[in-house]
Amino acid sequence: MASRQFATFEVADQLFGVEVDTVQEVLSYNEYTPVPLAPPAVGGLFNLRGQVIAAVDLRVQLGLARQALQGPVMNVILRGDGEPVSLLVDRIGEVVDLDDDQFEPPPDTLAGPTRELVTGTFKMDGRLMLALDVNQAVDTYRATT
Amino acid sequence: MEDLGEIVGEFLMESHENLDQIDRDLVALEQDPSSRDLISRIFRAIHTIKGTSGFLAFTRLETLAHAGESLLSRLRDGVQPVTPTTITTLLATIDGVRSLLEAIEQNGAEGDVDVDSIIAAVHAQMNAPGDAAPAAAPAATAQPAAAPEPLQERPVRPAPEPVEEQRRPLGEILVETGAAQAADIGSALQSQLEGDERKLGTILLEEGKTQPAAVNEALQAQTPKRSVADSAIRVDVDLLDTLMNMVGELVLARNQLVRGVMETGDSGLVRSAQRLGMITSELQEGIMKTRMQPIEHIWSKLPRVIRDLSQSLGKRVELVMEGKETELDRSLLEAVKDPLTHLVRNAVDHGIEDTDKRIAAGKSPEGTLTLRAYHEGGHVAVEVADDGAGMDVDRIAQKAVEKGLLRPEQVPNMDKREIMAMVFQPGFSTAAKVTNVSGRGVGMDVVKTNIERIGGAVSVDSTLGQGTVWRLTIPLTLAIIQALTVDCGDQRYVVPQVAVLELVFIDGQSTKIEYASGAPVYRLRGKLLPLVRLDRTLGLEPSGDQGVYIMVLQADGRRFGLVVDRVLNTEEVVVKALNSRFKDIGLYAGATILGDGKVGLILDASSLARRSHLAVDSERENLVGTSRSTGAAGTGERLLITAVGERRVAIPLDTVTRLEEFPRDRIEHAGSREVVQYRGQILPLVRLSHLLGAYSEVEEGDTVSVVVYSEGGRSVALVVDRIVDIAENSTTARRDAEEDGLVGTAVIQQRVTELLDVRRAILAADPNFYNDMAGDEMLVEA
Repeated sequence: MASRQFATFEVADQLFGVEVDTVQEVLSYNEYTPVPLAPPAVGGLFNLRGQVIAAVDLRVQLGLARQALQGPVMNVILRGDGEPVSLLVDRIGEVVDLDDDQFEPPPDTLAGPTRELVTGTFKMDGRLMLALDVNQAVDTYRATT
Repeated sequence: MEDLGEIVGEFLMESHENLDQIDRDLVALEQDPSSRDLISRIFRAIHTIKGTSGFLAFTRLETLAHAGESLLSRLRDGVQPVTPTTITTLLATIDGVRSLLEAIEQNGAEGDVDVDSIIAAVHAQMNAPGDAAPAAAPAATAQPAAAPEPLQERPVRPAPEPVEEQRRPLGEILVETGAAQAADIGSALQSQLEGDERKLGTILLEEGKTQPAAVNEALQAQTPKRSVADSAIRVDVDLLDTLMNMVGELVLARNQLVRGVMETGDSGLVRSAQRLGMITSELQEGIMKTRMQPIEHIWSKLPRVIRDLSQSLGKRVELVMEGKETELDRSLLEAVKDPLTHLVRNAVDHGIEDTDKRIAAGKSPEGTLTLRAYHEGGHVAVEVADDGAGMDVDRIAQKAVEKGLLRPEQVPNMDKREIMAMVFQPGFSTAAKVTNVSGRGVGMDVVKTNIERIGGAVSVDSTLGQGTVWRLTIPLTLAIIQALTVDCGDQRYVVPQVAVLELVFIDGQSTKIEYASGAPVYRLRGKLLPLVRLDRTLGLEPSGDQGVYIMVLQADGRRFGLVVDRVLNTEEVVVKALNSRFKDIGLYAGATILGDGKVGLILDASSLARRSHLAVDSERENLVGTSRSTGAAGTGERLLITAVGERRVAIPLDTVTRLEEFPRDRIEHAGSREVVQYRGQILPLVRLSHLLGAYSEVEEGDTVSVVVYSEGGRSVALVVDRIVDIAENSTTARRDAEEDGLVGTAVIQQRVTELLDVRRAILAADPNFYNDMAGDEMLVEA
């Protein structure tokens, strides 16, 4: 049975997950530099050991209100395509091993922005985890086009 | 052959370097035909190539190099004089060698590069020693048959070259410098002969006959020609880039540390921090130096370019190079190469006149092209100066008008430099005839674009009849820039210092921001400076007009003031590439890490300029046609001329947001007003013909032309019959209006034109237009 490892995190009480090998690191960060005129999904920029990282507000991507960038916010930093990108999330969950037979495509009733970001659902004990399409999730121009 | 790969690679690299040197030496030899040193050096270089190619079994290359070598040996031995023709033949030989090397580099084999014709030419040179007649070369006349070596047979393996620069004996140097007595050296040498195995210097020192310093000096003098191979190593550029990045990080960490330590006030820590600061600066400088190369690297190819070009044009050009040791970052050097070559070719082709013309003008028949490089305030200036015909300002203006780059009436208002800057406009060329060298109207604009891409600038100055100076200003390096940090709203931004001309503090009393019909301006020494509010540009909450700073910026040849809340300090910042998703915004040149560890955005001055008014200009241009150039900033205010009935009504261009055409059937009525739906808004319309009581032209066509004015999220549209033109108003023939809705009349383009009272027109369209904008004091332009 093929199984995959997912890093999980919560946004608005929903559990999401991305495959572990797409994640560079997870950290909490305090200060973000806003980028005026950038797409709304861009939360800001921050300094990761001298590298300038763009943080994408997953709440905005999911059609919710912006994350208030006051105090520490959790970042899931994805390797991205040559340049790391961060996803701003509410809470970090565990790394879980999931078997392929726990997977199902997204339910037909799931609509709206979330539908486009999700590749499927994993049925875990007691809760559901939505597997994120990493490329869609960090595409800040998605909403506008 | 595979096992030879590395050797071949080394041979190629070495040979390319040698060939460049030979090129230079040959051109120098033409100037100084009697220089035996030069001939020997060329001979040695080509000999090396011949030897190695023989070893690597590149037979055609070997044969060709051998032919060149044979001709050179005749020059060296004085059998044949150095003439321009022989130089040309030799240069052709070098070119042949080069193309063979290229073939080898690409295919690993010599391919079918034609060398026979070159060899034949060399042969011909040797058979007919040409111009200066063999009378001067008795050896040739005495044994004419023996002169040319037969080239058909395979050349013999080269014998090892005698080392020409034998080390000078140490003793000789010591005696010469007066550090030791000839007699002492004699006795020391004698003891060496008698079996003393110590070195000469050691003997002298141990016997106290000379000073250690003197011996050291002499030893160094003995090997003055330490070859480049011994004193330099090849380093991968990627490694240097990595080091450079790390030093960038170190600079940032230093900035943070120094700031933190200053706050603690611990004097011991402060001292250590300062020391760390100094070391970091020095390290940074050192690393930057490793990436620096003298500009000579790109100049070295130019003598050949100039020689070939001037010869094909029948001109005589002397090249003078000043400051060739001036160093530039490697990547910049690459970027400057092509623009510089273009300028040089252009100067030889169009700048310097034919010999006849020069004589007629009372100049020396030989033109002088001067390349000059020097440091200037954190930049490197590179000049290409010729003493040629210079540029005719009137002709440039005329040409610019012909090409539609300028309007005739703009010309009198422009100064000489502004007009000359027209040559950098795309599609501009004044060359009387198009040659294959330049003059096709592509080039100067490309030069400008390329130089601006690396953060540099290009300008030209010329005096008719005396010459032209092209000047490139190039930043020293790309990675670390001097910048000003500014506050706007609660955020900190970074402005590259290159763009900043001066700073003005606005206290609201002695210095204040004024409004020309809504457009903020500042009187900078009597001239109106258009202002761009950074907060508004960035879509932030606008702040007040008092206690703010104006940064006078220059970008794209345009001067404007950037209004910011506070200017903090100048700092060296490391430019970090910005995530590609922000490229579309355009406003940011990059990002950097500020002293407090936060990310700061680096503003791009030219984008700011474009976004604030040039962007609007380009939209206007689409509608009005390419009637004016964006680069030329005239002195008068710019006016949009419209037709309303039979009258010409001018609207200050600064108050215009867009020009639009609306389909007539989209006009709807709201109460007594006419409105259209426009970008999700209801846009009130006012017909200027009604407002001014003019007879409008018969309504025909399916669309109406409107001028849209927007401020603070509200817009109104002024309906006119036609957009006529954009003009500069510099005339004084102006009088106050007697009519409502106008502020005056003026003569523009030889026609009486009425100047619209924009505020009144706007209020007529939307009486509440200004009500929501408390705090923004409006002054009507008068």
